[in-house]
Amino acid sequence: MNLNTSILKYIEDVKSGTFTVEEFTAATLQRIKDVDGDVHAYLSLNDSAINDAKIIDKKISSGEKIGRGYGFPISIKDNICITGTKTTCASKILENFIAPYTSTVVNRLQNEDVVITGKTNLDEFAMGLTTEFSAFGPTKNPWNLKYVPGGSSGGSAASVAANECLASLGSDTGGSVRNPASFCSVVGLKPTYGLISRYGLISYANSIEQIGPMTKTVKDSAFLLNIIAGQDANDDTTINNNNVNYLENIEDGIEDKRIGIIKEMTIDGLSSEVATATKDAIKDFESLGASCDEVTLPTIPYTVAAYYTITSTEAGSNLARYDNIRYGYELESEGYEYNSYISKSRTKFGPEVTRRIILGGFVPSAGYAGKYFLKALKVKSKLTSEVNKAFENFDYLIAPTTPVQPFRFGEKIDDPVTLMLLDYNTVTANLTGKPAISVPYRVVNGLPIGMQIMGNSLEEKSLLQSAYALESKTNLPAVPL
Amino acid sequence: MTKIGLEIHCQLTKLESKLFCSCKANYREFEPNHNICPICIGLPGSLPRLNRKAVESATSIAMALSCETPEKIAFFRKNYFYPDSPKNFQITQLNVYGNMSVGGEGYVNVEDKKIKIRRIQLEEDPGRIIYEGASERTKITLVDYNRAGTPLVEIVTDPDFESPRQVRVFLNILSDLLENLGVAEPGLEGAMRADGNVSIEGGNKVEIKNIGSFHDLEKALHFEITRQQSLFERDIEIAQETRHWDDRRKITVSSRSKEEDQDYRYFLENDIPWVKIDQSTRDALKENMPESISSKKERYVEKFDIAPQVAGIIASDRYYSKLFENAYSEHNAKDIANLLTTDVIGFIDTKEKQQNSKITSKHLSDLIDAINSKTITRNSAKIALQEIMKSGNDMKDILQEMDLGQVSDSSEIDTLISQIFKDEKQAVIDAKERPETINFLVGKVMQKTKGKADPVKTLELIKSKLNQ
Ligand SMILES: [Zn+2]
Repeated sequence: MNLNTSILKYIEDVKSGTFTVEEFTAATLQRIKDVDGDVHAYLSLNDSAINDAKIIDKKISSGEKIGRGYGFPISIKDNICITGTKTTCASKILENFIAPYTSTVVNRLQNEDVVITGKTNLDEFAMGLTTEFSAFGPTKNPWNLKYVPGGSSGGSAASVAANECLASLGSDTGGSVRNPASFCSVVGLKPTYGLISRYGLISYANSIEQIGPMTKTVKDSAFLLNIIAGQDANDDTTINNNNVNYLENIEDGIEDKRIGIIKEMTIDGLSSEVATATKDAIKDFESLGASCDEVTLPTIPYTVAAYYTITSTEAGSNLARYDNIRYGYELESEGYEYNSYISKSRTKFGPEVTRRIILGGFVPSAGYAGKYFLKALKVKSKLTSEVNKAFENFDYLIAPTTPVQPFRFGEKIDDPVTLMLLDYNTVTANLTGKPAISVPYRVVNGLPIGMQIMGNSLEEKSLLQSAYALESKTNLPAVPL
Repeated sequence: MTKIGLEIHCQLTKLESKLFCSCKANYREFEPNHNICPICIGLPGSLPRLNRKAVESATSIAMALSCETPEKIAFFRKNYFYPDSPKNFQITQLNVYGNMSVGGEGYVNVEDKKIKIRRIQLEEDPGRIIYEGASERTKITLVDYNRAGTPLVEIVTDPDFESPRQVRVFLNILSDLLENLGVAEPGLEGAMRADGNVSIEGGNKVEIKNIGSFHDLEKALHFEITRQQSLFERDIEIAQETRHWDDRRKITVSSRSKEEDQDYRYFLENDIPWVKIDQSTRDALKENMPESISSKKERYVEKFDIAPQVAGIIASDRYYSKLFENAYSEHNAKDIANLLTTDVIGFIDTKEKQQNSKITSKHLSDLIDAINSKTITRNSAKIALQEIMKSGNDMKDILQEMDLGQVSDSSEIDTLISQIFKDEKQAVIDAKERPETINFLVGKVMQKTKGKADPVKTLELIKSKLNQ
């Protein structure tokens, strides 16, 4: 059975009876068994996947009303809650946390009859760019197991790339969907802030993060977005999208569209492979009938600093609840008073999370907030007005998703600042709330390169049209695994 | 001059649900940790879902306190670790970047003094810590999160009070006002709490926390003023600090924890978008606001010629004024008001008794009708009242059952008087000589009739018999 297929093709095949949901699910689970020992995309598997598939098959054969998903297999990043399953955030501190409720996104998926394969690996609490900060060991890049898959949704990206499912849900705070999508050659979308409910997503930096689909094709991304997007009573920050059909007219093309090439993201720091790919992508856009011009966003050099200041501040607050009092892990309290007990219990956090909590206690503190946190907020609002202004002249803003291709394990983990610069091209979409998508564009030396297209707020439909147009110009090899 | 400022917290217990989830705002009837959900105990992945009704109630309070109310409000996180705080931050409001809380710059007139309200903010109440054995030294500490997330309104005054007595008068006015608005039940235990700050001429400001009741607040303020004055007289500097009220020893004690130094790292709560309270919402709130206590009082005085004192008592209590409003008609309003303040209030003087009492407005008007038509004496009316409050039975049934109908049949009373004249010979002689002792004989008749005899008629009959 060919597991390297899109959701839309899968649905056609199930409808036409080429295979049953159970058959495809079984093959997927077998694939996981075969490769996940090496890839380590999953932290836990859904024991009842086959059973879920059987129920959907029964619905189909009995002519019962069936959801749009037709049982396609999807994995979920392990910072998104599903009732009765472990949701660990790849952290020792939540190692035994079993969510008593289901996130809105998973609810919506389940209502459309999907099969959830399992929960995928991430950098602890989604803080990182390689999954090397997972407390349960890193995920490997299916394109080359010696290389990082990107992060923090590295498990999600790898699970899709390695055909261990057809799609995944990741979360993107500063590039955590797009970066691993680029590294693993899958499509990764970070939607407009508020388009997708965060209810059930364990917060890291709640003012800028979004859940996003990770898929094999742009059309699948639109298909998933149709299911999970839209207002939710459980998340006050969600916005009404008027039930846009993102799949409709996706092939309309980008003729006469105006594309801005972000100067600050394409001049310095790009590897020669990525720089060449970017130039070629611009040519492709032009050949599709769009016009491309350079655009300058002068605040961009300050964005990574602002991003880490804001996210650390919010993380420090969001992660304060892990005091091991209401849930957590076994830790005898005898002999401790309250403060020393929670200090002791919180030593379970890994190095990156600890680093950001410490930073998060400092940058917004009295006497320093003006120098750091409030300044970061100023960068955020200045950047937003620059980007808004750019969208007066352009339909899309483009740059490579990451300045470099995947690198080897251990190469950058001891150098947090270099690692942070990997976010350089992705954080702008988060700080401004704009949607951005990473499209697999090329594989050079056996390693993927992704192109990022950013659109204006709530313009996902147009954004997906441009991504589809670019995707149609590519011809990528299959994953060698 | 002594300056006292207050920080009052009042729960909005009249709301159906908590501030950010659908658990009950009135948590008191639940077993520990049985009024909780993923949101109010801050489980990973949960998000606050703002209760708009709470914003409206808090805005009503701000309006009733003559505050300015902004077009839109924001929420902030106050970050600190404490076991009763499930998220280890509290969602509250802050006015540091302009007026972003539900209200500010209001005032309340207390006697002749204008007490300025600095700000009003809406926030969540934390859970409750229970030290087993009621001692902080105990080995076991329990936390009950039933209260966590209860909507709480914080009212901060300027240091405008000059005496603890003024504070007490203000708190009475405020708690009547909150109750009258129908948003809170200040009488419920722990529903309304107040902290104070005190400074005397030439001294620093001292905050007093951990005060259990308004009664203790007054004591704490008195203690603190005396303490500061005696320091001042001995030329000892009054340190700016936070002190705790020691309920057992009835003194204030310097806090060891440096609460004033704590850095709460406030920042915007981005899970709750800015809340717009547009003009039409505010107009509607204003329109639906119950009549204020002062205007009610004025109306009672002007329209029904009720004594200001009596009108004030009825107007300032939601329960009494409701009874009154539904009972009166043009001709009996004054009588009903008097019956309420002289008799009813004596029997129903606590919130608990108000809740348990079965008396209705109809009982009141029936009772007044009966008194005015002389079907019943004032004495019997008192007895009937007690029975009504207990059983809630119909007036007529109670009169019959308890045999309280007035005896105004002259021959019946006459027969009784003859008997008493025989039994109390000395008293009859006394009464003939000293008419002021005649009441003894009247009392005897009342005793025999259990207060049912018409006192006017009785007196008349006794007088004529004495003259025979
Ligand atoms: Zn709750």
